[in-house]
Amino acid sequence: MKEKILEILKEIRPEFEFAGVDDFFAEGMLDSFDLMTLVSTLDERFAIKIDGTDILPENFMNVDSIAALVERSPKR
Amino acid sequence: MKFHFKDKAITGMMVVVPEQERLFADDMRLFNAPENRSRKLALVMGYRAHRVVEAGVCASDLAEHGLRKLFDEGKLKSDEIDALVYVTLSPDHFMPPTSCILHGKLGLRKDCFCIDVTQGCCGFVVGLLQAFQLLDQEGVEKVAVVNADVISRKVSPKDRNSYPLIGDAATIAIVENREGAGKVFADVRFDGTRSMALKIPAGGFRQPCSPDTAVMSADAEGNERAPDNLVMDGTAVFNFAMADVPPMLADLAHDAGTDFAGIDKFYFHQPNKFMLQKLAEKLDVPYEKMPNNVVENYGNSSGATIPSAMALNDADVLCRETKRVCFSGFGVGLTYGGIVMNCGNFDFCETINYPNKGE
Repeated sequence: MKEKILEILKEIRPEFEFAGVDDFFAEGMLDSFDLMTLVSTLDERFAIKIDGTDILPENFMNVDSIAALVERSPKR
Repeated sequence: MKFHFKDKAITGMMVVVPEQERLFADDMRLFNAPENRSRKLALVMGYRAHRVVEAGVCASDLAEHGLRKLFDEGKLKSDEIDALVYVTLSPDHFMPPTSCILHGKLGLRKDCFCIDVTQGCCGFVVGLLQAFQLLDQEGVEKVAVVNADVISRKVSPKDRNSYPLIGDAATIAIVENREGAGKVFADVRFDGTRSMALKIPAGGFRQPCSPDTAVMSADAEGNERAPDNLVMDGTAVFNFAMADVPPMLADLAHDAGTDFAGIDKFYFHQPNKFMLQKLAEKLDVPYEKMPNNVVENYGNSSGATIPSAMALNDADVLCRETKRVCFSGFGVGLTYGGIVMNCGNFDFCETINYPNKGE
């Protein structure tokens, strides 16, 4: 799953290396609009429905937090 | 605040959009973001095209155009209008009220009650509630609720946050007493602690316009705007919509003695496609019951988006049948509200262009 998440992040911002980064937002690697694109892509690729109230930067700070969110999000 | 009314009906709907259309493919050339990134965003948010007025066109021009067409076609008579509720965030002037300007231009009766309402995203809900309260007065039978805005004139074309989704429009809803129409339930709430999440900083008395307020600067995400321009904290507004609107709607449905499955159609304010899809998921409502295509066709025209969603998607149905609908608006203020009512058997439901003048 983490490899797939890294692939998605790379598609959105190909200029950055996301592996090993603690906070994508603090590092300026993702902005609020990238977050929308990321959520939409995660929903589609993992066949899940990320709850709107979970769309907060802290849930998408790094690969581990994204993986945790994907795990707990309901399936489509 | 909760409201209950009886036997109120929308009997006609007219939507006026500027003929001038801008495409996202052209807009994105002004953004400080790679084209590939902008295109991905466009797919998610529903950016494709939006209708914006030419220079110098005011919201009341669109409203006047629509009302005159209704008069010319015999669908409405000026002396039948008992009240004009004009909902806008883009008045012609600070003074006089724009409803009074229209009153004069259209030759409305001297006892026709005119009022401007300063509301945006929730403006159709608030405007309808004003109309319903007026219709409870003896002798008031027909109210014109106009939602009209030209916010594109206040948005920086270099603001990727806002410019691609903004549209201009005026809508005219004719609202009447109708025996047997059934009960109307409404709930409107406010959170002024977050009122600055959506603002145009300069132009009022707190910060009058000046050469300084026209100076552009870039935010942390590279969007360029001036104090004269609209600025939106997109994250705060999104989180507000996700956290606060669903519980309000649940309360409203309960008050109306129904659940979401008992509602035929959800005509919601149209901020962008992504937010509406997430709201639909949150409410466990199929996407088909909650149209989300106004932004990709016309743009987000503030209080006019709910009527626009109705006319764009269900004009024929609304003229032939009656449906149990839920309207909801959320945004500027922050204001959020909803109405559950029976809706349909309109005398007319159409969308027309305000023609380009090419000046």
